[in-house]
Amino acid sequence: MKRQIIDKGVHSTFLLIALFSITALSLIMVFLFIEGIPIFDLISVKAFVFGQYWYPTDDPADFGILALILGSVCVTLLSGMMAIPLGIMTAIYLAEIAPPKVAEIVKPIVELMASMPSVVIGFFGMVVVAPFIQQLFNIPVGLNMFNASLMLAFMAVPTICSISEDAIFSVPVALKEASFALGATHFETIAKVIIPASLSGICTAVILGLSRAIGETMVVLMAAGGAAMIPGSIFDPVRPLPASIAAEMAEAPFRSEHYHALFAIGIVLFLFTLIFNLFADYLSHKFRQVGEASL
Amino acid sequence: MKTLAKLIFVLTIALLMASSSVFAGELIIKGSTTVLPIAQKAAEAYMAENPGVKISLSGGGSGNGIKAIIDGTADIGNASRFIKQKEVSLAGTKDVYPVPFRIALDAIVPIVNGKNTVAGLTRGQLKDIYLGKIKDWKEVGGTPGKIVVVSRDSSSGTFGVWKELIMGKERVIPSALTVPSNGGIVQAITTTPGAIGYVGLGYLTGEIKAVKVDGIEGSEENTLNGSFPISRGLFMFTKGWPEGETMDFISFILSRKGQDLVKEAGSIPLF
Repeated sequence: MKRQIIDKGVHSTFLLIALFSITALSLIMVFLFIEGIPIFDLISVKAFVFGQYWYPTDDPADFGILALILGSVCVTLLSGMMAIPLGIMTAIYLAEIAPPKVAEIVKPIVELMASMPSVVIGFFGMVVVAPFIQQLFNIPVGLNMFNASLMLAFMAVPTICSISEDAIFSVPVALKEASFALGATHFETIAKVIIPASLSGICTAVILGLSRAIGETMVVLMAAGGAAMIPGSIFDPVRPLPASIAAEMAEAPFRSEHYHALFAIGIVLFLFTLIFNLFADYLSHKFRQVGEASL
Repeated sequence: MKTLAKLIFVLTIALLMASSSVFAGELIIKGSTTVLPIAQKAAEAYMAENPGVKISLSGGGSGNGIKAIIDGTADIGNASRFIKQKEVSLAGTKDVYPVPFRIALDAIVPIVNGKNTVAGLTRGQLKDIYLGKIKDWKEVGGTPGKIVVVSRDSSSGTFGVWKELIMGKERVIPSALTVPSNGGIVQAITTTPGAIGYVGLGYLTGEIKAVKVDGIEGSEENTLNGSFPISRGLFMFTKGWPEGETMDFISFILSRKGQDLVKEAGSIPLF
């Protein structure tokens, strides 16, 4: 009897703790919407999302965030193009090809990179990389989309690499051995057996890496240049969504139109990451390997 | 156990006494973020000299500072500009008479990379550069190269002055780089050969080159004698002629000691 009571007690304690964190998170979401929605009394959702000009403190002000959205999307895509191949190939090398001794050393280093504070990476981009790429490509300004993407790729590689490495590593040895037994080479085994078997894990890794890139604030604030214009080339400065919020929120008068507009940007950003996560969830279900290889 | 009880007793008494000690005065200061560093330094020094006084500070912009005086929600309203006619009329309807005190001066100096050969620009040229009409340094007498326009975030006080004194009603081009701080501008200009930006006088360093405006060098002296065109007064407004603690605080800022703090905060003292 007593054991059952204790068991129930533990049950409800955990339920309470779980409820607490969920409530806190949903309250933050409610707050975000309460503070962001009033801006749509002033302008329509369409004018907000597709407006080309962001002049929030002018009189009359313009609250169009198309340039900011495109800035975020372009920076994320470009960093994905750099980070995804690097991350996955490093993961394959570490899990399949590298001698155990090398992997033992390299893997912790990669994971350590993930714990690098973003402000350090941003500062590095601003002070070291900006002058370098400016001279290398002979362009007028080094604080641009390319620089920010490169720095974001730095941050996404460790995430993508370590999660995909786990996925690849947990492909059952039986599958691999079966492939070898059928006469496949190591490369064929990797390309046709191991990667398909760990695809759901790799997809999750990619999406998590990219969602880190899209939500990252400090790096884009410091290295992207901050020009609220629609980028025409990868060497144009951009102003992604998080950078606008971070740079302007401190000075926006409480409950002013500018303040509400910044919260509305927060809503847009929230929807972006939500879509990313739903997509990751969908992919990991779709490519789930049944049987022994399920992850 | 007994000592513990004693300790708790003593602590409780001490806590009660601390919370019941009445403040001799309380000052609420609101307004411009440009004046904020000055107000902060002055408030710290003033509170250290007068332990009974409690000063609470907040930003919110010049408009909010003046509004707070009219509404009576603050004792002192900071503003990096003079009061507007609209605000005077609003104050009149509420029987409030705002009194301005000019407590400091502020100059904003255009800066370029140390390698740039351009020594001076007119206000018209600066405006055209920030409008994107002048795109190359050769158009203003420099070595050919694309001009990289660097500006501050639109909500910064420095941007406000730049907009008012240089841009007027027109807008800075969207392709201008925006940087969240004075230090950030200096950093961006140092690393970008074709860049132009602007910073408060206190932020000029050896790594960057200050540009003369209409032939006048941006310096403390030229600001004080009124010849440097991109400068402004910084104000504190009170509701009617100040009394008591408010008067003492204003007098403190206008004293030698207060003006030294103004300089420490990066602005230009009145004397």
